[in-house]
Amino acid sequence: MIQQSSTSAAQAGGVAAPPPTGTVRLTINGQQHTLQIAPWTTLLDALREYVHLTGTKKGCDHGQCGACTVLVNGKRINSCLSLAVMHEDHDITTIEGLGSQENLHPLQQAFIDHDAFQCGYCTPGQICSAQGLINEGRAHTEEEIKEHMSGNLCRCGAYAGILNAVKEVVDSKSSESRR
Amino acid sequence: MSTTNYIGKPTSRVDGPAKVTGAATYAAEFHVPNMAYGWVVSSPIAKGRITKVHADEVLAIPGVLEVFSHENVPGLAWFDRNYKDDVAPGGSPFRPLHEDKIKFNQQPIALVVAETLELARYASSVLRIDYEEEAHETDIEAKRDEGFEPGRGKSGWMPPPPPRGNPDQAWEEAEHHIEHEYVHGAQHHNPMEMYGATVEWRGDKKLTVYDKTQGVVNVQNYLTKIFGLSKDDCRVINQYMGGGFGSGLRPQYSVFLAVLASLELKRSVRVTLTRQQMFSFGHRPHTLQYVKLGTNPDGTLAAIQHHALHETSQFEEYTENVVNWSGMLYQCENVKLGYQLAKLDVFTPQDMRAPGAATGSFALEVAMDEMAAAAGIDPIDFRIRNYAEEDQNAGKPFSSKRLRDCYHQGAAKFGWDQRNPQPRSMRKGNRLVGYGMAGGVWDATQKKAAAKATLTADGKLLVSSATADIGTGTYTIMTQIAAETLGLPLEAVTFKLGDTDMPEAPVQGGSWTAASVGSAVKSVCEAIGEKLLKLAQKMEGSPLKGASIDEVEFVNGQIRLRQDPDNAVVIRDVLQASGETKLETDTSATPNLLKQATHSMHSHNAVFVEVEVDEEFGTVHVTRVLNAVAAGRILNPKTARSQVLGSIVWGISMALMEETVMDHQFGRYMNHNYSEYHIPVQADINDIEVLFVEEEDDVVNPLGVKGVGEIGLLGVAAAITNAVYHATGKRVRDLPIYLDKLL
Repeated sequence: MIQQSSTSAAQAGGVAAPPPTGTVRLTINGQQHTLQIAPWTTLLDALREYVHLTGTKKGCDHGQCGACTVLVNGKRINSCLSLAVMHEDHDITTIEGLGSQENLHPLQQAFIDHDAFQCGYCTPGQICSAQGLINEGRAHTEEEIKEHMSGNLCRCGAYAGILNAVKEVVDSKSSESRR
Repeated sequence: MSTTNYIGKPTSRVDGPAKVTGAATYAAEFHVPNMAYGWVVSSPIAKGRITKVHADEVLAIPGVLEVFSHENVPGLAWFDRNYKDDVAPGGSPFRPLHEDKIKFNQQPIALVVAETLELARYASSVLRIDYEEEAHETDIEAKRDEGFEPGRGKSGWMPPPPPRGNPDQAWEEAEHHIEHEYVHGAQHHNPMEMYGATVEWRGDKKLTVYDKTQGVVNVQNYLTKIFGLSKDDCRVINQYMGGGFGSGLRPQYSVFLAVLASLELKRSVRVTLTRQQMFSFGHRPHTLQYVKLGTNPDGTLAAIQHHALHETSQFEEYTENVVNWSGMLYQCENVKLGYQLAKLDVFTPQDMRAPGAATGSFALEVAMDEMAAAAGIDPIDFRIRNYAEEDQNAGKPFSSKRLRDCYHQGAAKFGWDQRNPQPRSMRKGNRLVGYGMAGGVWDATQKKAAAKATLTADGKLLVSSATADIGTGTYTIMTQIAAETLGLPLEAVTFKLGDTDMPEAPVQGGSWTAASVGSAVKSVCEAIGEKLLKLAQKMEGSPLKGASIDEVEFVNGQIRLRQDPDNAVVIRDVLQASGETKLETDTSATPNLLKQATHSMHSHNAVFVEVEVDEEFGTVHVTRVLNAVAAGRILNPKTARSQVLGSIVWGISMALMEETVMDHQFGRYMNHNYSEYHIPVQADINDIEVLFVEEEDDVVNPLGVKGVGEIGLLGVAAAITNAVYHATGKRVRDLPIYLDKLL
């Protein structure tokens, strides 16, 4: 796909050509991927345009909406605000790595049960964010979940369903841990 | 009760598993080989002309393929009619890259195409363009005296009815009267998914266009007329749409530019807009409204006057029904309604969820609250005293109207009787508590739509229509209708949509999809049912011999006699016995105009709100909302509820947060991103609930459904405004209610 030569950093007609691409190795959902990408390719664009894992969504490209949330070493981040090259040694999990249509993750099932989405575009980010929240182990009450899920916008306004879905899974996790 | 009765059941979304796993593929996500990327360059000035595009400088960068601008775009269709999409307003449609003139800020003026996304973006950032600026006008306040009455407008727009009675004299002589101006600024739809298109070049000018749109047929018509393509060579697909809210009714420039580049480069091309560019096309127009109400001593309305002025572009006359609702929601003999536009150097506004009605109901319903207070009457009681038993605009009875039940059931469930009518009389600690209510009305419309059904020998049914599911639940309710009509289990039915190879359906808007496509799906399944019965009657020893279609029912995978359900045949056996591998038919459903002509058809709602306002800081917390909706038959209470819940969130947004702020010095929207264009987040939403009032209607369509995509938004912003008044004693008449307006 990339047809730039590695020496194209030279001046081109008065406009500087961008720096060359390089090889980046990423571990996504347990699989190794070797990509030839620009040093400023975001993790989001790497996932969507080079690995074709389009479950991770682009809603603003500025870290304002949360649609691109993925888990890096279990921690939720906005993949649009992070460069792919920074994650060579990391364990990246996207929505495709959480569950499949045949084997849904409990959060995915809860989102369906509570109708926690309409258009579905913010949904992968909401679910990854919720998993990140559970990993953080700090949200137990409704108020805490609402606060800590507020980095993920939903223009359809499915917040009531999202809250109920996340709460159901958080509650089941905490009852598991009490046993 | 049988198991294949699905209509009215809270079925989970059939497209849910695809959406929660990331398997649902949106327009800019289709992976096609050898694809180039286009990046749109937007004008930094509001008015003027381009004197030079320095394309050669970026074309020298290796990997940059082309810079499209007015300087090199090939000759395309010449006439305006070629650029008019199916829902275009009056005037002359905008043509991207057509000429050197700049008509609005952020106008697309070039498309840079490169081998990679990163290169296209980089090259567009260093592309130098020279301009000559001209003076612009983007402030409607400067055009207050230059309003004009629009011409024909777009389809569905009705000019206000002529005045009735003697509205000026009646207002003057009224026992109590009020008059105020109500304002809201521009608002942008901002669906989560940004506009984009992936155009697959299949060789020899044959294209498959994956586009973000609320109507694939509209986009196909638009593209074929402009680029001179045959419909066979221009297939448009949209299976999933990351939100629309009206922004995808008209084809956007992203698809135009992607197709242009693909045809010129003979290559597949993807163009995606940025969030900033999502503010470069249609919006809910900045609107100034003036309302005068007067009441008689008995609390009935003596006069209603409602005038609206809103912006449009210099090139199109965008119209929406803002004031007409004020002539039909309440009984009144003296009514005067006015509607004007003013031209500004902005892009043409566009339908945005409950267009016109969301705007009009805000002004009317806040004015009604003010009127009730002035007359010393409870706001619900005031509305019931002025209840319209017929549509006075049209002089017709309503096909059904259970608004009274919305008031009563909603008030009871909300606990309206706990309200002390005195403003500033209720509090919780340092927070003032207020209760407010309002309501609204929206059209129940059915459009012509078609569908195709195929029943195969394995008992599986495939139904399709070129409609859309922008998050509304189309996939799910159509599956329910098809399964119930033919008595098949839900799992045996697949509904497909969003492909111009399928039978034609209208754009998804106006809350008409359930009624229109639902009627077509029901009709095509009934046609399959008739074929099935004929085949079943040919079976040896068939218990259905001689039975008419009305004497049988399709239930639980069987065709059986209504009077004697034990006499039945299994549907799967029918096809296998007949030797047919499949039954296939297509049909279209059209509204029964004869039946509908004598009625006015609408959905209604009443919204009840509790707010808490911090007395020192003026921060408003919407602590409870109950939305009581009468919208005919509810096909799926789960997905329908979600639509109304979403509308409540939209109403909270409209009342307290949303406003696109124009810097008139630059003629540019300044808060064009998600960080500064505020919409509610999870923490802003508290106890919100929906109450569907049962309503039967056999006039609107065979399903009795009115649609719920827009009705839920009506009255929400007004009810919040009224609750804020009740809490604080301060009446805000310009949205959004920022805290400085309460201090």
